[in-house]
Amino acid sequence: MELAKIEQLLEKYLEAETSVKEEQELSSYFSGGDVAPHLEQYRPLFVYFAESRTETYTKTIQLKSQKSNWKWLSVAASVVLLFSVYTGYNEYQVYQAEKAFEDTKMAFQMLNKNLNKGTAAIAYLGEYETTTNRIFKPKN
Amino acid sequence: MKQSEFLNLVMPFKDKVYRLSKRLLVSSEEAEDATQELYLKLWKNKEKISSYKNVEAFAMTMTKNYCFDRLKSKQASNMSLVHSNYKEKGETLERKTELNDSVSIVHKLIEELPEQQRAIIQLRDVEQYEFEEISKMLNLKPTAVRVALSRARKSIREQLIKQHNYGVS
Repeated sequence: MELAKIEQLLEKYLEAETSVKEEQELSSYFSGGDVAPHLEQYRPLFVYFAESRTETYTKTIQLKSQKSNWKWLSVAASVVLLFSVYTGYNEYQVYQAEKAFEDTKMAFQMLNKNLNKGTAAIAYLGEYETTTNRIFKPKN
Repeated sequence: MKQSEFLNLVMPFKDKVYRLSKRLLVSSEEAEDATQELYLKLWKNKEKISSYKNVEAFAMTMTKNYCFDRLKSKQASNMSLVHSNYKEKGETLERKTELNDSVSIVHKLIEELPEQQRAIIQLRDVEQYEFEEISKMLNLKPTAVRVALSRARKSIREQLIKQHNYGVS
């Protein structure tokens, strides 16, 4: 392609008045081997555009939202939390009942022990009475 | 609409969506997320899609809006702080261009342009859409697209000439 035309196209290009087709002409001129020395500074621009066009999206696109997974996870977490609070509460109640039972059991045992002490003392008293009876014969 | 029909309709332009996202969001990871997100949105609106004349233009508009929103949002401002992370990722393209350093300079020059001009350069010079299409995608008047494009091209050229002269002298 003649140089004059390229220069003309470049002028139009800078004014944004070139058509897509004309820009493609420019692109192919600058990607070719022989670029006029005084136009050399334009070369990186068109080479860059051509290279940019080849960049692709390599990851796979997922159409199912990943965000909802997090939503479900939080629901699951709150269910687990509620469940553990509930069982924990139950456990605590059982523990409290057991503790109360142990306490009353201990209280009864103490009562029992002290009562037994009392009866033992009464037994002494009984002994005392038999000896007095032996010494002082009761009159009938 | 069946999944296979949907895929046939929307898959041909997935690279364009990705490239536009990357042009606007800079980092490849952000662009991948944006592409994924966009296709989810399209899939959710699959019933409406068949009523659109030009699904591709519609998708590009959605991409642009999504990316601009991302840029405005707080996360994106964090992203620009960790801006350096793109350099490793961007290397795929840069590695290819190692032969010609000035090509990667173009990449940086475009990156410095305002968002709107970046989008237009991407849609016109890379994706080669007609002005009519671009003006629909970006919701601008065709003349406004031309003016912005001309401005973007001229500022890139000016910088390139500076670089070029610097290299020579």
